[in-house]
Amino acid sequence: MGSFSVRNTKEILRDPINMAFGLGFPIALLLLLTAIQANVPVEVFPVERLTPGIAMFGLSFVSLFSATLIAKDRSTAFLTRLLSSPLTARDFILGYTLPLLPMCLIQSVVCYVTGFCLGLRPGWTVLAALAALIPSNIFFISLGLLCGSLFNDKQVGGICGALLTNMAALLSGTWFDLEMVGGPFLRVAELLPFVHAVDAGRAALSGDWTNMVLHLLWTTGWAFAALTASIAVFRGKMRR
Amino acid sequence: MNAIETLHLTKRYGPKTAVDSLCLHVENGELFALLGVNGAGKTTTIRMLSCLVRPTSGDALILGGSVLTSPETVKRRISVSPQETAVAQNLTVVENLELMAGIYGLLDRKKRAQQVVKELGLEEIVENKAKVLSGGWQRRLSIAMALITEPEVLFLDEPTLGLDVLARRELWEVIRALRGRTTVVLTTHYLEEAEALSDHVGIMAAGRLQAVGTPEELKQRAGTSDFEEAFIRLASKKGAA
Repeated sequence: MGSFSVRNTKEILRDPINMAFGLGFPIALLLLLTAIQANVPVEVFPVERLTPGIAMFGLSFVSLFSATLIAKDRSTAFLTRLLSSPLTARDFILGYTLPLLPMCLIQSVVCYVTGFCLGLRPGWTVLAALAALIPSNIFFISLGLLCGSLFNDKQVGGICGALLTNMAALLSGTWFDLEMVGGPFLRVAELLPFVHAVDAGRAALSGDWTNMVLHLLWTTGWAFAALTASIAVFRGKMRR
Repeated sequence: MNAIETLHLTKRYGPKTAVDSLCLHVENGELFALLGVNGAGKTTTIRMLSCLVRPTSGDALILGGSVLTSPETVKRRISVSPQETAVAQNLTVVENLELMAGIYGLLDRKKRAQQVVKELGLEEIVENKAKVLSGGWQRRLSIAMALITEPEVLFLDEPTLGLDVLARRELWEVIRALRGRTTVVLTTHYLEEAEALSDHVGIMAAGRLQAVGTPEELKQRAGTSDFEEAFIRLASKKGAA
């Protein structure tokens, strides 16, 4: 499994688009929105609310990376070769998911370090905010495994690259207060994990542990559901 | 001793029968070619024998292990070079080889990779990423990835498809060198390839095995001295689609 995991790490890191979107895009967004904030009189994007949002949003690209890798492997004979090897379903799932966990962590750390440069106060609550992202890491990685198992690489580009990133952006309360829209939009957003992931990070930053735990319960539930579904689908595909 | 034995091996996809009650055996260390026109069932047979597709009915024993009940054991002893080139695009040639050696748990993976690089003449491209290689080099790498694990049974699905004459002949030498130490099952469209390389040839048509024998036996059975003509006669004999 180790060799397979190393291969997946190399495949992802050697793709410059992954690096650009994974690290560059969230940083660019943080810088851009902070620059906008500096030029408007009302507080729209305070850095302590924006950083947890961008950190969560950046993880949606991890889904894209993992889904693309798996879908590409499926579309070529490379997966055929691997499926005829002694690798087990467990090896495949761990091999595809484990390399992405440190990538998620690095991406989140880079977001928060950028936040420090833009005025976020360093402190141990930042560590809690990073820890609060762990269920989201698992959720987005699992979603990538699920989409990569179900769709081809072009479909993955549409679903993870467009739909998921937009959902993570619009339904997370990062760019605007969801209460302002209200109605069904708010109710749907509150059912999904994105806003809870962001609010867990914000609660952690402000030391509001009760709220953090409540939001984490929601994101953990989604992470568990996504992980279970992705394992079931991947195993099903392997058995064909 | 038989390396491969199929017992009424059958695969159906809905109403279509891709492989129909296939019974054949391949002896240890021999080079066996499966011939047939498109859709004859060659690739489906290889996919069942390499535990990639579960048979609808019947079974196959690879070195005594059932593809149905002990696929994990079978997979450790076989290797497959699929019809399409199967390489990790962003890895270098040597990384691809070491990847396969690692997956099969070889301890001396670097040394083994160097051996295979030498055997298949990959020295000049060893540090190149797979995605920048020509089709011929990629195919050669793909076969090297199947060989690095020193499999007891090797499945080569159309190994020389798309190669130029020189590259094909070079690959023939690599395949010939395996005779006696590795059981090789290859599918091919090239009749001269099957005739030149194989100890035994199986001719499939419409999912059924129409004839098995040495190239000479098949020519005698078809009543011709030309292998291509023998193939045509045997593949289209009564019972075939």
